[in-house]
Amino acid sequence: MSDILDLSLAGARDAMANGQLTSLELTDAYIVAAERARDLNIYITETFDRAREGAKASDARRAKGKVGLVEGQPLAIKDLFCTEGVLTTAASHILDGFTPTYESTVTANLWRNGAVMLGKTNMDEFAMGSSNMTSYYGGVRNPWKTGNRDLVPGGSSGGSASAVSGYAAIAATGTDTGGSIRQPASFCGIVGIKPTYGRCSRWGTVAFASSLDQAGPMTRTVRDAAIMLRAMAGHDPKDATSDERAIPDFEAALTGDIRGMKIGIPREYQLDGLPEEISKLWAQGRQWLTDAGAECVDVSLPHTKYALPTYYIVAPAEASSNLARYDGVRFGLRVEGDSLDEMYAKTRAAGFGDEVQRRVLIGAYVLSAGYYDAYYIKAQKVRALIARDFDEVFGKVDAILTPTAPNAAFGMGEQMDDPIKMFLNDVFTVPASLAGIPGMSVPAGLSAEGLPLGLQILGKSFDEETVLRVGGVLEQAAGFTAKPSWLEG
Amino acid sequence: MSLDREAVSKIAHLARIEVPESRLDGLAGELDNIINWVEQLAEVNTDNVEPMTRVGDRKMPMRDDVVTDGEKQADVTANAPVSQDGFYLVPKVVE
Amino acid sequence: MASYIIQGETGDWEVVIGLEVHAQVVSNAKLFSGSSTSFGAPQNSHVSLVDAAMPGMLPVINRKCVEQAVRTGLGLKAAINNYSIFDRKNYFYADLPFGYQISQFKQPVVGEGTVVLDFEDGSTREVGIERLHLEQDAGKSIHDLHPTQSAIDLNRAGVALMEIVSKPDMRSPEEAGLYLRKLRSILRYLGTCDGNMEEGSMRADVNVSVRKVGDTELNTRCEIKNVNSVRFVMQAIEVEAERQIEVWESGQEVRQETRLFDPNKGETRSMRSKEMAHDYRYFPDPDLLPLELDQAWVDEIAASLPELPDEKADRFMSQYGLSAYDARVLVAEREIAAYFETAAEGRDGKQAANWVTGNLFGALNKAGLDVADSPVSAASLGRLLDLISEDVISGKIAKNIFEIMFADGNDPDPAKIVEEKGLKQVTDTGAIEALVDAAIAANPDKVAEIRAGKDKLKGWFVGQVMKASQGKANPAMVNELLDRKIG
Ligand SMILES: [Mg+2]
Ligand SMILES: [Zn+2]
Repeated sequence: MSDILDLSLAGARDAMANGQLTSLELTDAYIVAAERARDLNIYITETFDRAREGAKASDARRAKGKVGLVEGQPLAIKDLFCTEGVLTTAASHILDGFTPTYESTVTANLWRNGAVMLGKTNMDEFAMGSSNMTSYYGGVRNPWKTGNRDLVPGGSSGGSASAVSGYAAIAATGTDTGGSIRQPASFCGIVGIKPTYGRCSRWGTVAFASSLDQAGPMTRTVRDAAIMLRAMAGHDPKDATSDERAIPDFEAALTGDIRGMKIGIPREYQLDGLPEEISKLWAQGRQWLTDAGAECVDVSLPHTKYALPTYYIVAPAEASSNLARYDGVRFGLRVEGDSLDEMYAKTRAAGFGDEVQRRVLIGAYVLSAGYYDAYYIKAQKVRALIARDFDEVFGKVDAILTPTAPNAAFGMGEQMDDPIKMFLNDVFTVPASLAGIPGMSVPAGLSAEGLPLGLQILGKSFDEETVLRVGGVLEQAAGFTAKPSWLEG
Repeated sequence: MSLDREAVSKIAHLARIEVPESRLDGLAGELDNIINWVEQLAEVNTDNVEPMTRVGDRKMPMRDDVVTDGEKQADVTANAPVSQDGFYLVPKVVE
Repeated sequence: MASYIIQGETGDWEVVIGLEVHAQVVSNAKLFSGSSTSFGAPQNSHVSLVDAAMPGMLPVINRKCVEQAVRTGLGLKAAINNYSIFDRKNYFYADLPFGYQISQFKQPVVGEGTVVLDFEDGSTREVGIERLHLEQDAGKSIHDLHPTQSAIDLNRAGVALMEIVSKPDMRSPEEAGLYLRKLRSILRYLGTCDGNMEEGSMRADVNVSVRKVGDTELNTRCEIKNVNSVRFVMQAIEVEAERQIEVWESGQEVRQETRLFDPNKGETRSMRSKEMAHDYRYFPDPDLLPLELDQAWVDEIAASLPELPDEKADRFMSQYGLSAYDARVLVAEREIAAYFETAAEGRDGKQAANWVTGNLFGALNKAGLDVADSPVSAASLGRLLDLISEDVISGKIAKNIFEIMFADGNDPDPAKIVEEKGLKQVTDTGAIEALVDAAIAANPDKVAEIRAGKDKLKGWFVGQVMKASQGKANPAMVNELLDRKIG
């Protein structure tokens, strides 16, 4: 059984194509593994029965020669994607009992491409967090450990990251607003790509910050990410911000050849106090790409420093408005009150956790009369400058290499006392979110404590192919084969 | 600019989140920290910079004027905590 | 345009009025979803997942609604903004499922324009349009279905509205009334709003302030929300202006607030529920992109505009020689104007106008019908007018025939009625002469009186002859013969 679990998604695809493996066998193996992994608190809702049925149906389709891009692959779905007939919570108390009568476009694309759903994964409440500790359903444990210290998987897509890293799913969906795919991928030693804003439809995905939210895959390999992304993405007329461009065969981009490419190394990412091991890994990455025939050049993204504070105005502003619909009237939790306003205020106080409340309040504040120009408009201006920085650099280079996060996974419960310190987890991922460009984290090495560390590749808008190609080369060079301690027993 | 107790209760009302009296000061401190931190943006020169209004350069798509949706009263009320005869119910609003 | 001055205890006051009209856009589907806009459906049946603001639902704009807004802007001679932005107006209310209304705040799709008011005395005055923007309508709260709860129906939620904001250019209830009627007429001509205030497809928020005659500064205004008829708008302005004058004259200050007009009590009162300081936290809706219009499309819409009431009235005056008053009455509704033109085509325009505004309107009014449902078609009325001008019937007989036609219901040909009922005018001199002679012979005393100078009695003779001919004698010929025979 364990060698089935060792198959990548691409490996399982080939094994199923060759008739060496059925989707039911693969799915059953993952169900057993997921049950064994319950300690990690990965799934909010398990849908194992549905998975088995789905696997059988997939095997039947395959027998008739109908094979989708992710045919028969048992996936974990972040609980931010609305799934028809299956509880969808966004890890929030306020969505208690919410069972959508509709399917998100991204998951519908996956099912159309043959995938099987194992369950809905835990996450930071409404995708707000970098530790998965803000979930109403409790924190998720990272399959990686240092000694007896339980670590966070990162966030917000922490359940999805732990699922892929801990073999509780062959691959998973995540969403990334400021780093929520890439940072947990780095913490859990897996691959995660946030595509260009507009690649994946946002329809049916619970919104956090509309101008930033993007769905993407979390996988064990770059190839798996390419396959998954192609299956998830595509134009959706129901989302006005969805892009019409055709979806390329991302897997075909993995040529392994980056000779002559120019890779930018942004000097502003060399933060004061950046741990030595992160700097060293970054330098190593630069060397790997140079060895593969790319030319690494120093570039400048002068407004990098302002990306986080910009993000912490724009994202809460949008969230404060996006979360207004959770009002106890049409779905989810309701706490009765004597008046309409009292019902609203009690429902939302009980339904939203501390971090969500903080961000909703910050958002309301920065949009309120007298502050709008100083905060919101200012932030959107700085955001324009950040996007311009990338435009200028991408006039000179094909991709950018940075660390994914300034640190490895930290202990559960750590960094909770200081929200701003928690925000710093996303210092390297947020700029690309603000600019809307694609970014991918690839596991590249281990920290001194033996924890995974990722490197991030950023690309031009709608040039995920270059990102994947460079990522593939990095993956090859890094040869990251370490397994989480949890898997070893 | 400082986000005090009074400002917190004002925005908490705008956001319809009940904040217990005992939490106001603590919350004001937390939020004020964040606001002070984001205020570093003031040092960026944004003269002649237009605020970003869209990601990318797409034009807004428009739908045709065709009725393609609706007629799903059961669906739209299926998750309502309190409903009756296809209506949502809320505590009585006095005009 | 008599000036509207209110005499207070401290001097003369004038009232300053601006109107915000919410006009429901005529379209099949809602502004940002594919659900139907039609009235009268069972609760929450014209509601999509988007309209109910279910998690993850996104708006996609309806092209027709944009077109209607542009069309309206062009009809108001307004500037069209080829770049505009949709914003979120954030507030909580039971009938607002998203917790925000998608609207346009800083950059509306239509800028400044004009509406011309036509006064009865033929004078005109321009009222400025400040802006027009697109936004979503709210749902409805029903308060009498449940003892402790309000019932929410979202059928109307998300229907497109045009908010049309005037400048504070009106100075009397009459002007506000004329403005609303003219605006409604333009919207109906354009086919962008049905203008039905009673059904709520057109609603007015009235901004009222008062100031001493001669002052140029604007005083604090109050907004009277959601007034649902032209008459109530006029009444509301009257009572609100009086209230404000009393407040000022008692040494107090008028507070800026939202008020409600109660037509039963004939007063406005403060809406305390809206009293809580609003802070709508407008910001551009990140689910949408800027609304960019191709000039070619705008030009295409402009080319498709119908002739609007002002231009039509001008043309009626020059083409048919109508008075300004008649022309404006006839152009107020597109259907009436079209009816008139069909009836007047190639005929005496003034006569046609008199028939339409007199006999036709009278009959329609009595029957409670619109011109569109007139039992007498414009073509038939035209044929009736032909019979008069061809001397086949007299004007008096024509009125009788018109009544017969109106009552018939099958839009009969007037010539046929003349034929069947034998109403053709008698123009045979011999036949008329015989009747005149008989009348003279029967009334020698009266003839003597006329000859003695009592000229008025001649009319009595005409009546006798007409009566004897059952109205069919040509009155001109009767007159002529009587003159000749009596002297
Ligand atoms: Mg208004
Ligand atoms: Zn409005």
